[in-house]
Amino acid sequence: MRRTRAPSVLLLAGLLTAALSLIPIVFLGLEVHHIALADVKRLLLRSHVADLLGNTLGLVVAASLLSAVVGIAAAWCVERTDVPGRRIWMMLLVLPLAVPEFVSSFGWVSFFPTMHGFWGALFVTVLAYYPFVFLPAAAVLRGIDPALEETGRSLGLGPWATFWRITMPLLRLPVLGGALIIALHLLAEYGAFAQLRFPTFATEIYAEYEIGFDGASAALLSLVLVALSLLFLTGEVLARGRARYARIGSGAQRTRTRIALGRRTPVALAGLGTLSGLSLGVPLAALVYWVQRGSSSTLPSASVVGATMTTLELSLAAAILTVALALPVALLAIRHRGVASGLIERSTYIARALPGVVIGLALVSFSIRSAEWLYQSVVLLVVGYAILFLPLALIAIRGPIAQLAPRMEDVARSLGLGPLRAFVRTTLPMLRSGLGAAAGLVFLSTVTELTGTLLLRPTGTETLATQFWTYTANLAYGAAAPYAAIMVAIAALPAYLLIRRLDMTGT
Amino acid sequence: MKYLGSLVALIAAAGLLAACGSDSSDELTVYSGQHEQTMSLLTADFTRRTGIKIKVRRNSESALANAILREGSASPAEVFITENPPALTVVERKGLFAKIPAATLAKTPARYSATNHDWVGISARSAVLVYNPKLLKAAQLPNKLTDLAGPQWKGKIGFAPAESDFQPLVTALDKLKGPAVVASWLKGMKRNSKLYDGNVAIVQAVNRGEIAAGLIDHYYYYRTRDEIGAAKTVAKLHYFAPGDAGALVDVSGAAALKSAKHPKEAQRFLAYLVSKPAQEIIATSESYEYPIASGVLSKKDIKPFSELKPPKIGIDDLGDGRAALRQLEDAGLL
Repeated sequence: MRRTRAPSVLLLAGLLTAALSLIPIVFLGLEVHHIALADVKRLLLRSHVADLLGNTLGLVVAASLLSAVVGIAAAWCVERTDVPGRRIWMMLLVLPLAVPEFVSSFGWVSFFPTMHGFWGALFVTVLAYYPFVFLPAAAVLRGIDPALEETGRSLGLGPWATFWRITMPLLRLPVLGGALIIALHLLAEYGAFAQLRFPTFATEIYAEYEIGFDGASAALLSLVLVALSLLFLTGEVLARGRARYARIGSGAQRTRTRIALGRRTPVALAGLGTLSGLSLGVPLAALVYWVQRGSSSTLPSASVVGATMTTLELSLAAAILTVALALPVALLAIRHRGVASGLIERSTYIARALPGVVIGLALVSFSIRSAEWLYQSVVLLVVGYAILFLPLALIAIRGPIAQLAPRMEDVARSLGLGPLRAFVRTTLPMLRSGLGAAAGLVFLSTVTELTGTLLLRPTGTETLATQFWTYTANLAYGAAAPYAAIMVAIAALPAYLLIRRLDMTGT
Repeated sequence: MKYLGSLVALIAAAGLLAACGSDSSDELTVYSGQHEQTMSLLTADFTRRTGIKIKVRRNSESALANAILREGSASPAEVFITENPPALTVVERKGLFAKIPAATLAKTPARYSATNHDWVGISARSAVLVYNPKLLKAAQLPNKLTDLAGPQWKGKIGFAPAESDFQPLVTALDKLKGPAVVASWLKGMKRNSKLYDGNVAIVQAVNRGEIAAGLIDHYYYYRTRDEIGAAKTVAKLHYFAPGDAGALVDVSGAAALKSAKHPKEAQRFLAYLVSKPAQEIIATSESYEYPIASGVLSKKDIKPFSELKPPKIGIDDLGDGRAALRQLEDAGLL
């Protein structure tokens, strides 16, 4: 990849995004600096913290690795073999993204109340998060020029050797991106771990707020999460390497032939069926169960329509703002590699490792001190979503940008277009599917966001997630279930569009 | 430039939404950590009687208290209603509450409101042991909270250390018996117990026989019973001995913020909450809390309030919860 000096407009836009993402971390720093050193030691060096650290790291590493394996295997099955019903499988395999984690763990705990601890948490989180690897891996598997793998075969590599030496390196960027997102998500995860009785740093942070009303010690523990996120962010950069992914050279890709499964078809079908059954079937069955069983389930009131509209509007706004903020950062990171652009890109990921309540309260502090007119406004709420979900947009855009050779834009410029117009007329149209995927991911994550929304929304604004929370917090599971069902249905739409786009880009 | 266009349109739309959202200066803003179904009945009835509209911000009491602490005197909150005193106390200690008139306080027994008149008690609930009669005989039921730390309870008990309803028990035991007893009790509890994330999970675990007994507030039992059906509810309630820390009666209170834009209306709402009509709503509501003001009694099939025998500690003694948090941390439970 060429390394040119970044245009100053791009750099400025990137810096703005990074500054926005770092607001919560700055406010954590401000809180922590009041704590006496003795208290810092007491809070961080107690034996419980060692347990939390072990739990958190163990789960994050195991779940990211396992999700990567599951995600790649599923993507391979769907993209490279002739397994029947490919389109339906693609849909079903992406849909778990549409199920909020508090709904899926609620489902598991309703049916299998004894499920808890490390293995329970690993099981539930892998089932919830593997699509973060599956989706980009499937896109890349589809986009790879078959000539690369064929060349490998023609030079004497067997199928496995071809996979390891040619396909895997090409999958590195999307899989690392997906695994990174999963790792950061899990650092911040609260609802699922609380229900599965698996204490991590995030659950401890909630407890500090809950019973000590103690912003300072919660901030201190949050900084541990920041440190852990830096560890993962650096690790991912090191593992990513400096490879080039854009196809250069002349000619067009030809269509790939799929591996005929033959007698192995039932095995593949059983595998995919089990995966979707567990990741989708159980949470959805729990919703149906509570709609029927819960005695509080009257028909949802008029508030369902209002909450649905609000959710749609907020999610759309969040998707557009987040993608707009992410695009310059991704362009910087891929096309103008360097220390500055690297730091800008990495800094936007850190907030993702913080629980929603931490981001929410930090933004409360920020707007009370510096921008009171923004407090409890829709604008601040949408900005909060953007801070939370920038990393999702980034990983979705970064792959497609890497696969585009900047040559086209160079040609456009040589024909007399200015830099911005050249970008808009050449690169942007080719990025459409990547931007769409990014917007879709942000949209469906916003639909299901809860803790940040509760803190930042304007008073009186209710989303589907806040209504679901209100009812479950008061044990009215029957009344809560319809809100969850609509949430899943809405979030399923972008999940479907993600697949459609994937379908249009390849074969 | 399609994207830029839609972005501009969106920002405009968002601005419009924000403008609509904030255009409500005649409404009273209430931060509520209370049971929603009951709150919505109360606010609707209040508006019907007085014409004063109410905007409710719902969240957990702790998130709301943490938000008010950050908002300080800029807080949009005018009335703050919680489930437990510590969330009020922590705001009270920052001097953010307005004093409540004696006429309002007089409706509720003095022991259920803040002695400095910063907040007033509205409803109450009792700590209880929920147990599974298939797993425990009547003779095995404990008299005292501290009994649960004994070896005979190993693996049988559940509680929720991170739940805001648990810390008042720790504080009550501390006031009655001192920190050493608390430390050894928590140590025993850690050894004997399974930890849950909340009272609901405990009721359900007891009901299906996963644990023999668990510490909860009484109303979680009744609300769960309503949701899953009486026929499927095997679990029963057991009350601790009179005067024991385990028999603690905890109150939900409300306060008006000093910075309220509508101080008169805020006080009027507090006065309404302890009035007969409001207490009648609490008495019949599905939240199963005890009404405590204006002489109203619960209409539900729960143990009569007069039969509860709580320990002799003042409601102010429940503090802001920090001491309890520290004790839970030292015990390795948090």
